[in-house]
Amino acid sequence: MMAKQLKYQNTRSKVHPHKFMLWVVMSSLCMMFAAFSSFYLVRQASGNWHHFHLPQMFYISTAIIVLSTITLHIAYRAFKKGNITLYKILLPITLILGIAFIISQYLGWLALNDMGIYLTGNASGATIIVISALHAAHVLGGIVALILANIHAFALPNKVTKFRILRLELTLTYWHFVDALWLYLLCFFLVMQ
Amino acid sequence: MADLKHNEGLLVEEYGYEAIEDGFHDHHHGDKYQSGFITHYIFSQDHKMIAKQFLITGMFWGIIGGLMSLVFRMQLGFPDSDMSWLQPILRGWISIDNGVGTLDPQFYYALVTMHGTILVFFVLTAGLSGTFSNLLIPLQLGARDMASPLLNMMSYWFFFLSGAIMFASLFLSTGPFSGGWTAYPPLSALPQASSGSAGGMTLWLLSLVFFVVSVLLGGINYITTVLNLRTKGMSLWRMPLTIWAFFVTAILGLLSFPVLVSGFLLVMCDRGLGTSFFLDQIYIGGQALEQVGGSPILYQHLFWFLGHPEVYIIILPAMGLVSEVLSVNARKPIFGYHAMVLSILAIGFLSFIVWAHHMFMAGVNPFISNIFVIFTLIIAVPSAVKVFNWISTLYKGNIRFNSGMLFAIGFVSLFISGGLTGIFLGNSAIDIPMHDTYFVVAHFHIVMGVAAFFGMFAGVYHWFPKMYGRFMNDTLGKLHFWGTLIGAYAVFWPMHYMGMAGVPRRYYSFATFDFSNQFDLTNQFITIAAIITFGFQILFVVNFFYSIFYGKKQKQKNPYGATTLEWTTPIDAGHGNWPGGIPTVHRWAYDYGKNDGTMDREFIPQTEPVSPEEKEYDDKHLH
Ligand code: HEM
Ligand SMILES: [Cu+2]
Repeated sequence: MMAKQLKYQNTRSKVHPHKFMLWVVMSSLCMMFAAFSSFYLVRQASGNWHHFHLPQMFYISTAIIVLSTITLHIAYRAFKKGNITLYKILLPITLILGIAFIISQYLGWLALNDMGIYLTGNASGATIIVISALHAAHVLGGIVALILANIHAFALPNKVTKFRILRLELTLTYWHFVDALWLYLLCFFLVMQ
Repeated sequence: MADLKHNEGLLVEEYGYEAIEDGFHDHHHGDKYQSGFITHYIFSQDHKMIAKQFLITGMFWGIIGGLMSLVFRMQLGFPDSDMSWLQPILRGWISIDNGVGTLDPQFYYALVTMHGTILVFFVLTAGLSGTFSNLLIPLQLGARDMASPLLNMMSYWFFFLSGAIMFASLFLSTGPFSGGWTAYPPLSALPQASSGSAGGMTLWLLSLVFFVVSVLLGGINYITTVLNLRTKGMSLWRMPLTIWAFFVTAILGLLSFPVLVSGFLLVMCDRGLGTSFFLDQIYIGGQALEQVGGSPILYQHLFWFLGHPEVYIIILPAMGLVSEVLSVNARKPIFGYHAMVLSILAIGFLSFIVWAHHMFMAGVNPFISNIFVIFTLIIAVPSAVKVFNWISTLYKGNIRFNSGMLFAIGFVSLFISGGLTGIFLGNSAIDIPMHDTYFVVAHFHIVMGVAAFFGMFAGVYHWFPKMYGRFMNDTLGKLHFWGTLIGAYAVFWPMHYMGMAGVPRRYYSFATFDFSNQFDLTNQFITIAAIITFGFQILFVVNFFYSIFYGKKQKQKNPYGATTLEWTTPIDAGHGNWPGGIPTVHRWAYDYGKNDGTMDREFIPQTEPVSPEEKEYDDKHLH
C-alpha cells in the first residue's frame, strides 16, 4: 500500500525514501546507545564498580548473530539473482539463528546471575544487563521483520520484483545494524573491563 | 521509483506555472481519496489535515496548561485567599479548614510539573513543530505529501496517546507527577518518594516515551521529505527559511530524544527493578534503602543532553515562521539569507555541547564548567546574527502591520529580552546566585515560552487561510497581540528583580522568609497580569474557531503576494495539493521588491523562470 502511494512522489535522489528513513532511524538508535555507553563510562569512572568477566554465553551469541547476518546476506543476494531455492533455505535459517541469539543472550544473563551478578546490587552488572537487554529488544524488532520476510517468501508467488528486493534489503540493512551494534557493545564491554 | 518519468510538459497556460507531470492523478484514488468522515478527519494521512490535528490538540493542551498556571499563580499571589471555590474541580486537592480553602502543597507541585511538561512537550514541540512542519514542508517544497503518510498519521496518534495517558494521570488519587518537568531522581526514581512519584510518575514516563515515538516518527518523515521530495529546481539553497528551520529541528529531535529515552529507561529500572543507577544512600521513614552507588547527576547529564537541544527544537520552528512572515510583510527579501541558514545550522550544532550550563550548581567540576560557559556564550553569536538580520529585514520595509506581522515583530523583541538574560546565566559565576531563582524562570519564559508562542501565533494568523480558506479577524488579532505582548512583559519582567533578590523558584509559599515579603505586591501584580493575559488568549481561541466557519473568505490564491509554493495550490487544495502537475522552481524564495536595471517588480513567485536579462544583470551585480 505504501509503495503504491509512493509511486507518484517526485523523488529526487537515488536513494529510495524508505531506505533513507531506515538510515535516519538507525542514526537515532546510535545516539541512544552512545548515551548508554557514556553513562557506562561516567558511572564507572565515579567508582564503586565491580569488575567481572563476561559470561561465555555472550561469545556464543556473538558467533550466532554474525552467522545470521551472513546467511541473510547470502539469501538477499540469491533472491536478487533469482535463486529462489537458496533464498528459501537461508531465510528460515536466519530466523532460527535470530531466535537462537535471543535465547543465548537470556542464558548469558542467567550465567551472570549464577556468578552473583544481579540487577540489584552493584551497578556494574545492572548496566551490562540493561544495555544488552535493550539491544535484544531491538533484535526482537528485527525478528519481527524476519518473520514477515519468511511469510513473504513462502506465501507469495516466486517472483522477483523491485519492490520485494527493496523490502528484503530494508530487513537486511536493519539486521546488519543490530549485528554491528552487538559487536560494538561486546568490544565496548571488553575494553571497559 | 528510479524509472519514474518526468514528463516536463510546459503547462504554464493552464496553471500559471511551469509544471511537471508525475502521474499522480493517473491513480484512481485522486478525488475519492480518504473522503469518508473517519479517514478524512480522524485517521487522515493527508499532511494538511494532520497539521490541523496537531494544532487543535496543541491548543487544547495550551488551555489546560495555561489554566494550571493560573491556579498556582493564585497560590503565589494570594496565598491567604480562600480557594474553596475551586473545590468542585480540584476536589480533594483543596482542603477546607474553618471555611477557608487552601491548595494542597503536593498538588501545587503537581500543577507546576504538569504545566511545564505540557507546555514544553505537548504545546511548543508537538503543537508548534508538528503543526507547521506538516503543513508547510510538502506545500513549500512542492511535494504531494510526506515521504510516508502512514508514519505521519501514526506520529499524530502516538502524540494523542501520549496526551491521553498524561491526562489520565491528572485523575489519579495520588495525583500526577510532581517532581518538576525535568523529572530529576530521586523524586522520579522512587515511587515512595512523594505521592506524585507513584502512579503519576509511571504514567508520566509512559506518556513521554510515546511522545518521543511520535517526535521520531514525525522527524524521520520531515527529514526524508526535505531531502528526497523537493520539486524540480528546489535546491537546498532555494528553500524558504521555514523549511530550513523545520529540517534542523527534526535532526535535533532525532539525535537528542533517544538520549532522553535512555535516561528514562534507567529511571524505570530504578523504579521497578531495584537497580541503583541514580540512587544512593537514601533514607525513607528512617529506613535506609538498599540501593547504593548511583548518582542523580548522571540523570541530569542525560536529561539536559536532550533538554538543551529541546529548547531549540521549540524555538527554531518559531524562528523559521517569523523569518518568513517578516519578509513577506515587509515586502523585502530576508536580509542575509545565507547567514540565516548558517546560523540555524550553527545553533543546531552548538546546542549539543552546552547542556551542562543547566548544571553549574550541580557539583560539576568548575574547569569543565568553563568549557561549557564558552560554548554557551558562543551560541549568542548566531542568535545575534539572526536578530540583526530580522531587524535589517524590517529596516525601510514597506511594512504591513497585520496580526501575523505584529506577532513576528513581537517575537524579535522577546527573543532579544530573553536572550540577553541567557548571557547572564551562561556565565557560571553569575549563575551561582541566579540558579533556581525567578531570574531563570523569567529568562526561559520570555525567550522560549512567550517567544515561541509569538512565533506560533504569527504562523497561525499568517497561514490560517492555507488551512481553512478563510482569514482570521485582524482587529481581534491585533487586540490579542497588544494584550499578550504587554501582559507577557508584565508577568515576566518583574520576575527578574525577584530572582536577583534571590527569591527561589518552585516554592509553594514564602511566608516563612522575611526577605521576600517585599515582593508580596509584585506577586499579586504578576498573578493579576497572568489572569488578564490568559483572557486575551481566549480571544484568540474564539477568533480561531469562529473564523474556521465564518471568517472572511479567501478569494485569491495568493492573498499576501508571497513567492513561495504553498500559494500556488488551489484555495481548497485536495489530496496531492496541486490539481495538475507539480510546480517547478526557478529562483530563491525571497524575490520581493526586485527593483533593478531590468525590472521593477513587487514580488516574483519562485515558479517564475529567470529571464536572460535578469540573469545577466544578477550575475553582474550580485555575484
Ligand atoms: C543566548 C542564548 C542563551 C543562553 C546563553 C542561555 C543560558 C541559559 C542558562 C545558563 C540556563 C540555566 C540557568 C539555571 O538553571 O541556573 C538557562 C536556562 C534555560 N534556558 Fe536558556 N539560554 C539561552 C537561550 C535560550 C533559548 C533560546 C531558550 C529556548 C528557546 C532557552 C531556554 C531555557 C530554559 C527552558 C531554561 C530553564 C530550564 C529549567 O531549569 O527548567 N534559553 N539558559
Ligand atoms: Cu540550555
